[in-house]
Amino acid sequence: MPIRHLLALLLLLAAGSAYSLTPQQAQAMAVGEGDARIDALHAALAQPDAQTVAFIQALSDDAVKIVGGKALIAKDDKAVDPVSGQEIPLPDNAEDVINNNRMRGELDNALATLKLFAPDVAVRRDAIKTLQGNVDENTLPLLDRAIAQESVAALKDQLGQLRAAALLASKDPAKRLQAATLLAESAQASTQTLLLERLKDEGDPAVRAALQTSLARVVAHLAWGDRLGALFSGISLGSILLLVALGLAITYGLMGVINMAHGELMMVGAYATYAVQGVFQRHFPGAFDWYLLASVPVSFLTAALVGAVLERSVIRFLYGRPLETLLATWGISLALMQSVRSIFGAQNVGVENPSWMSGGVQLMGNLSLPYNRLVIVGFALGVLLAVGFLIGRTRLGLFVRGVTQNRPIASCMGVNTARIDAYAFALGSGIAGLAGCALSQIGNVGPDLGQGYIVDSFMVVVLGGVGQLAGTVLAALGLGILNKVLEGWTGAVLAKIAVLVFIIIFIQKRPQGLFAMKGRSAES
Amino acid sequence: MSQANPTRTPARTPIALPGREPLLTARGWAAWCLALVVGCVLVPVLNLALPADSALHLSDFAVGLVGKIMCYAICALAMDLIWGYTGILSLGHGLFFALGGYAMGMYLMRQIGTDGNYGSTLPDFMVFLDWKTLPWHWALSSSFVATLVLVLLAPGLVALVFGFFAFRSRIKGVYFSIITQAMTFAAMLLFFRNETGFGGNNGFTDFKRILNVPIATPTMRMTLFVMTAATLLLFFLLARAIVASKFGRVLQALRDAESRVMFSGYAPLGYKLFIWTLSAMMCGVAGALYVPQVGIINPSEMSPANSIEIAIWAAVGGRATLIGPILGAFIVNGAKSWLTVAYPDFWLYFLGALFIGVTLFLPDGVVGLIKRRLGGQA
Repeated sequence: MPIRHLLALLLLLAAGSAYSLTPQQAQAMAVGEGDARIDALHAALAQPDAQTVAFIQALSDDAVKIVGGKALIAKDDKAVDPVSGQEIPLPDNAEDVINNNRMRGELDNALATLKLFAPDVAVRRDAIKTLQGNVDENTLPLLDRAIAQESVAALKDQLGQLRAAALLASKDPAKRLQAATLLAESAQASTQTLLLERLKDEGDPAVRAALQTSLARVVAHLAWGDRLGALFSGISLGSILLLVALGLAITYGLMGVINMAHGELMMVGAYATYAVQGVFQRHFPGAFDWYLLASVPVSFLTAALVGAVLERSVIRFLYGRPLETLLATWGISLALMQSVRSIFGAQNVGVENPSWMSGGVQLMGNLSLPYNRLVIVGFALGVLLAVGFLIGRTRLGLFVRGVTQNRPIASCMGVNTARIDAYAFALGSGIAGLAGCALSQIGNVGPDLGQGYIVDSFMVVVLGGVGQLAGTVLAALGLGILNKVLEGWTGAVLAKIAVLVFIIIFIQKRPQGLFAMKGRSAES
Repeated sequence: MSQANPTRTPARTPIALPGREPLLTARGWAAWCLALVVGCVLVPVLNLALPADSALHLSDFAVGLVGKIMCYAICALAMDLIWGYTGILSLGHGLFFALGGYAMGMYLMRQIGTDGNYGSTLPDFMVFLDWKTLPWHWALSSSFVATLVLVLLAPGLVALVFGFFAFRSRIKGVYFSIITQAMTFAAMLLFFRNETGFGGNNGFTDFKRILNVPIATPTMRMTLFVMTAATLLLFFLLARAIVASKFGRVLQALRDAESRVMFSGYAPLGYKLFIWTLSAMMCGVAGALYVPQVGIINPSEMSPANSIEIAIWAAVGGRATLIGPILGAFIVNGAKSWLTVAYPDFWLYFLGALFIGVTLFLPDGVVGLIKRRLGGQA
């Protein structure tokens, strides 16, 4: 516990304490058999004062020594009397206090209980989290005081749940019944365990029935949390796949180019983000939280530039030979990976979340949505809208659509198809860069960042069909959600394989993907 | 694929149909016999009979390397049948290679007997996982004959089922390539799991015997080498027979103009499926020969990168020639074993440049280059 929290706590508690720590209490907590020490700890906790808190903290920090049956708090080479606060030199014959795991757990609990009175809301929230599943009747008086003092409504509710959990172990059946009913509202996995354990030992039929009803409700509640959680991680994965596949859909849809280096263009975007982060760390540490905003255009432009160079130097010579393009772009991806290894090293580099992206929204007991995932879902939506606008509403988009549908006719109408190819490839690469920028916020950034996504993203394109953004969107979200829902049943690897089998079967029925452009050619 | 992007390559065959070619020309037979003598007689003599300090002595390292590369050459030959002659680029041949390897690896694991670290009749990794009995798919692994059948059947069946569904719905071009890549990727994930029963990410290693004969002796190594060389040469003849037959002509026609072949009354499914399955089985045999020579098999053999490398061997040597892929496998892997030791950072640049350079400047590979230099149809 940070020292200033501790001090605030001391003041708070010292004001209302009826009596203070006695040497006997301190000795009882530090010396003797495990059970006796724990009882002494509980007794002291009932009415804690500043010295008690300091002493428990010292016990937990292994700073308490025994000299001739007397407990002292060691500080460097001095010893402090826990009751009077007098400093005396530490005698040579001081013995360490040995805390076993059980004692240690009790001490941590005691400290967490004391933290319930801290002025900082976050500290109190953490304390409640620590205490979940670790409360018993001995904690009740302190919990009652904490509930009386608590000002934040949400925390008060959680404390109420804690109190109910503590009550559940009570010897009085009426109290147990009350607790069992109260706990029905809790959506914590720990409550489920608690109720199940209680149910095993419970003798009173009324309490048993109440326990069972509560248990059913908690389980139902948890199941909903799990389902929504799977849905959200599916949407999150889907939005990432969408970001990855949008660029591919453009390059593949337009030019029939399977760009195996797409993943490496994402990696370029991620490393551009890393570079921008470095610049901000060195030159604008004050504005560090906003480096991500600057890195969005930088990663787009860097990847787009690399893409444009690739198109002009290699890919344009290979139009109409898709298999060769596939091999050549694979070669490009190898070279890009090795260049990044030479420049930045083979190890992963660290890209930090800005502070406003860490944390999350706690929706239910077992469902919290991390901010970075939410931001990426929003970001993917934004990129999708921008691409949709660019393709559907601008002159460049009109040309791109024209070339996609019929290259020779578009050329006859005066569209410079070679230039459109270069622009479109740069655009697709830039979007890959944006995807890399997004990925840097949720995963490792290393030379093989792109490798992990390339198979998945091609599946999206294959499933979605070519030429329509709607197909890509549906396929990305569908695959993401399907993957995560299956993962809940079968585990990650089998889910992936199942999805793959599904795609192969799906292609039997619709070889052109979800949304195919209609045509009468025998080749298509 | 939109109609603006035709996937077929322009037809190269002249309009007048050539007569039926002989299996090999007289010069071809002479070269083939020479290769057979070198592989099966000369190399064993140079390695085993000559003393180690003789100038002509062939080191064990060289034998091991060449043996390994010959396995790769079989893969490249298989890839050439499906890609060079039928126009179907498979990015999943690493899976078939690994399946053959795993089938052989299971037998080799059983041959360890009770000499493993735990002294159990079960393979070490099973003891480690606390399994008490062999899983069902290990049932036949103690028999060498069954293993040989499995080496052919496992990749063959996978290829047959996969190919049937893929070719039936007329998946072709890059779509097929991508799907095969996904297939080998999924298999790799599957084999990485301990529960699959193939040793997880460690795979199989530490082999002791084959047919109850110790595996790490010079004679055994040379036996495997000779078998690999003979297999490669036989497969070459087989591929030549297929390519020169009417069946082979249809395959090349499918490559050049699939629609026209269909409109002439041929159903492509059977043709594609046969050559695809045969190609997979050849890769399986290569894998089975590879594992006892290298002494290890693990799921990374199934990584998509390995499968793409097979394609580049064929491309470097020259597609739609049979000698090209074998040459390509030797060139690329020779360069690899030299560069990864001499300039480890440089290897990926080289490989990447090879991919780009061959597709841009050498569409017919090294063999095409030589042919152009000689100015004739050698």
